Amino acid sequence: MSSEVVSLYREHYLNCSYGVRSWLLTKDHKRIALLFLLSITLFFFLGGAFAVLIRLELLTPQGDLVESETYNKLFTMHGIIMVFFFLIPSIPAVLGNFLLPIMIGARDLAFPRLNLLSWYIYTIGGLFTLAAIFSGGVDTGWTFYTPYSSTYANTHVIATAVGIFITGFSSILTGLNFIVTTHKMRAPGLTWFRLPLFVWSNYATALIMVLGTPVIAITLLLVGIERGFGIGIFDPRLGGDPLLFQHLFWFYSHPAVYIMILPGMGVVSELVTCFSRKRIFGYQFVAFASLGIAVLGFLVWGHHMFVSGQSPYAGMIFSFLSFLVAIPSAVKVFNWTATMYKGSISYDAPMLYAMGFIGLFTVGGLTGLFLATLAIDVHVTDTYFIVAHFHYIMVGGMVMAYLGGIHFWWPKISGKLYPEGWARFAALVVFVGFNLTFFPQFVLGYLGMPRRYHAYPPEFQVLNVMSTAGASILAVGYLLPMVYFVWSIRYGKAAGDNPWDATGLEWQTPSPPPTENFEETPVVTWEAYDYGSKETREKEPQVA
Amino acid sequence: MMGFPLFPEVASTIAKSVDRLYFFLIGITVFFSVLIFVSILYFAVKYRRKPGRTAEQVSEGLGLEIAWTVVPFLITIVIFTWGSSLYIANSRVPDQAMDIYVVGRQWMWKIQHPSGRREINELHVPVGQAVKLTLASQDVIHSFFIPAFRVKQDVVPGRYVTMWFQPTRAGEYHLFCAEYCGTSHSAMIGRVVAMEPEDFQKWLGGVTEETPALAGERLFSDFNCVNCHATGARQRCPQLGGLYGTDVQLEGGAHVKFDEAYVRESIINPNAKIVKGYPPVMPTYRGQISEEQILDLIAYIRSLTPEKGQ
Amino acid sequence: MPEHSTALAHQFDDIDQQHESASLGMWIFLATEIMFFGGMFLGYSLYRSVYHPAWAEASRHLDVVLGGINTGVLLCSSLTMALAVHAAQLGGRRTVVALLIATILLGSVFLGIKSVEYYQKYEEHFIPGPHFHFEGPNGTHAQIFFSFYFVMTGMHALHMIIGIGIMLVMIALTLKRRFSPEYYFPVEMTGLYWHFVDIVWVFLFPLLYLVDRS
Repeated sequence: MSSEVVSLYREHYLNCSYGVRSWLLTKDHKRIALLFLLSITLFFFLGGAFAVLIRLELLTPQGDLVESETYNKLFTMHGIIMVFFFLIPSIPAVLGNFLLPIMIGARDLAFPRLNLLSWYIYTIGGLFTLAAIFSGGVDTGWTFYTPYSSTYANTHVIATAVGIFITGFSSILTGLNFIVTTHKMRAPGLTWFRLPLFVWSNYATALIMVLGTPVIAITLLLVGIERGFGIGIFDPRLGGDPLLFQHLFWFYSHPAVYIMILPGMGVVSELVTCFSRKRIFGYQFVAFASLGIAVLGFLVWGHHMFVSGQSPYAGMIFSFLSFLVAIPSAVKVFNWTATMYKGSISYDAPMLYAMGFIGLFTVGGLTGLFLATLAIDVHVTDTYFIVAHFHYIMVGGMVMAYLGGIHFWWPKISGKLYPEGWARFAALVVFVGFNLTFFPQFVLGYLGMPRRYHAYPPEFQVLNVMSTAGASILAVGYLLPMVYFVWSIRYGKAAGDNPWDATGLEWQTPSPPPTENFEETPVVTWEAYDYGSKETREKEPQVA
Repeated sequence: MMGFPLFPEVASTIAKSVDRLYFFLIGITVFFSVLIFVSILYFAVKYRRKPGRTAEQVSEGLGLEIAWTVVPFLITIVIFTWGSSLYIANSRVPDQAMDIYVVGRQWMWKIQHPSGRREINELHVPVGQAVKLTLASQDVIHSFFIPAFRVKQDVVPGRYVTMWFQPTRAGEYHLFCAEYCGTSHSAMIGRVVAMEPEDFQKWLGGVTEETPALAGERLFSDFNCVNCHATGARQRCPQLGGLYGTDVQLEGGAHVKFDEAYVRESIINPNAKIVKGYPPVMPTYRGQISEEQILDLIAYIRSLTPEKGQ
Repeated sequence: MPEHSTALAHQFDDIDQQHESASLGMWIFLATEIMFFGGMFLGYSLYRSVYHPAWAEASRHLDVVLGGINTGVLLCSSLTMALAVHAAQLGGRRTVVALLIATILLGSVFLGIKSVEYYQKYEEHFIPGPHFHFEGPNGTHAQIFFSFYFVMTGMHALHMIIGIGIMLVMIALTLKRRFSPEYYFPVEMTGLYWHFVDIVWVFLFPLLYLVDRS
């Protein structure tokens, strides 16, 4: 009887200590991941609320819901929050933090205290930015182009820039931690090419975080100083060059979009393999493609400046390199699709999100080719075509990968199962809502509707109404998981160690994992995604 | 078609070729999107989990990897070559293009025809004639965008930019500012009115206004440029007659073309490029003169050089 | 024994792994610093090529003597820092503390001289902003020069202040007997950081003070 009692209670990272202090002073990467989950979820819904207001305003051609100044603040803050406070941290700070050490058989990241500091820095930066938002907001666009932002805007530019500056260090510390951890703390036998591709993707992302983020830091610092002291680095009236800002800004912000998609690609590799019961097709190609994207991503920033006054010859170089960077992404898409070939495929919610990602990322990525094409970009840049393109990648791609990952690893994180029926329904709602929201925007863009427009010519209304209708559906799709995940914490079925029968070290430890992750450090003798091996096959999940 | 447009009008010489490339890209996009969507759905159904069946571990294929790396690469080469050559071709301003000057400022476009007519947020142009715009911004970055012509150019303060187009159809077309520039960015719009040449000539002569060159002559005196750059002070400053369009030699050996950009720079930042043999004594007019006034002065200085057919 | 076992952090398997990780981590951090300063160097170089006369004239207003002394001071501080790391490796507590104090003193001398220079600039009205005044036609562009001067040397000085702070912490830890020949990595990492700060100055000084002097 006593053994029964003992087996019912198991200590793990959630119940090993209670109280606010044990969470706010934790060094456990798993708890820090949950701290990040809380913060970024709050920011996601704040950024989403701004999006709702934007789409409501755009229901009618006139600017009648909010004032122009308010509208300009809405799209600026939507962009800033979604880029810096949601997308960039999302998968690395939540899933990466939680899973990376476990996936490599380690007890924690290399620098647990830096990890906690990373969350505090993120929170402080976030509070700064929230203070700027709620004390009047900022209206420069998330791109802060000078001289508008440095000289003419009369909103809280400096406060917002400081907030983003601070938060950038969170990114840098996370990246630094991931790189050192991946290099130095893999379990015995876990060679680079036995790593899950999720680790490769986060590693490539970490490289970009570490090398790119300092540049946006110094750029925003210079804008703040110019604004505060009126010095003239970017202001042409004082001899400065507005294009210098654009080069500095995009030198980070283009690689930043790869920070925002590579982790999603890593998640998809995990999902597609598990739910097809197959090894990934072309492991090494996918791994190197991640690195290729990270490296090439630093060389293409000028494609944001084709009509800015940049030399046409520079334009051609950036155009060519931009086409090149598309190739590794294409390679990944083909490899994921080929992974499904002759697999044994189930339609669990994570797989639905993964399949949605592959399809929508393909569309979004191909529309990137339009933008790399000089002659076409002249027409569509700064229009809704661009808005549609990046939302296909960020929302149709990254957010779906994030949701897929949260669903997949939810049993591991919480020890509970979410309700599968509702989850599949929500995934479909997201897919439908997303496409209805953003596909019409491609049409609007080529028609010529510029972005950041508060009011527009009446003939654009029908497409805008379609887009807003889609957004309302999408909102429902995002709210549903909020409800059922919270529900599952209390009422969900116990998950067991490996409800998906997935390979990967994280599934060989209990759900939720103990604080030290493993009783004993595992010794790895098998290849990644070992779905074909006898042991794994014997545990094949039967059809429900 | 349905009461609302799905495709912009085709109203300039380059629009058709841009659209052709666009449709090619749509074709590629549709092809590969359908390929992937269909493959995924097909595999998802054909290989769905069934009792008694396990996955076949097909996970390598060097031939495939090479194929789906090389083929996309070749396709991108095609697109790149087509796109850049079209872009370079479209960037070459045709000879005999008609000049119009544009100043953008928060939140309006001010257009200046050399004949004297000025417009605000409207640009009248003749069909069948190449038009070259020289644009300047008074304050922040704007962007001059005419969707029907498939042209767009950011107007960056502190310099001149140029763009050109040739309308092919009479009509009225949207003009948008396409670079966020503050509160009334979405109100910085207007229309481009393309008219048959005879109608355009009639419109041009419709209102007699001071030509830019005459306005410039007045400013040349008001700003005291005459004190140095007209008779009397030959040692101190270059006399400006006959110089426009030529190459001048600078202190230090370099050359520069005496064009709009050089004149503007000399007014704002006189010491940047000083003509050889002259002392650096010209004061700067930075902050004292507007972009429109600079354009008027340029028109005047240009008038001091007899036209050689440009 | 007690010192060694508390030195090994729980996430590491052995002290070598911890050492290598700390080292790799610090090098990555220095790479981020290179990117950070790099943006400023890029802006500075671009404007130097466009506004060369203003750059040359403004540069001549910088005090080469003070800057030169500062360079020597900083190089000496790198020497004392390197010696401190070496001493830590050998386990010498008092030597380490003495050398760290010497490094801090030299660093403070640098900052003191820098303050004098800044004050000179203040008196000459070379601080960018509403009170800036520079005689001659290059005035506007000279303001850009001085903006870069203050941002770059200011950022550098900030890094030095942080470095001094870290060294004070190292002194405290050394006195508390936290270090040994097996575990002295924080001192080593501090050394790496301080050498980097020194190298940045080695680039800043010629670029700001020397290059356009003639």
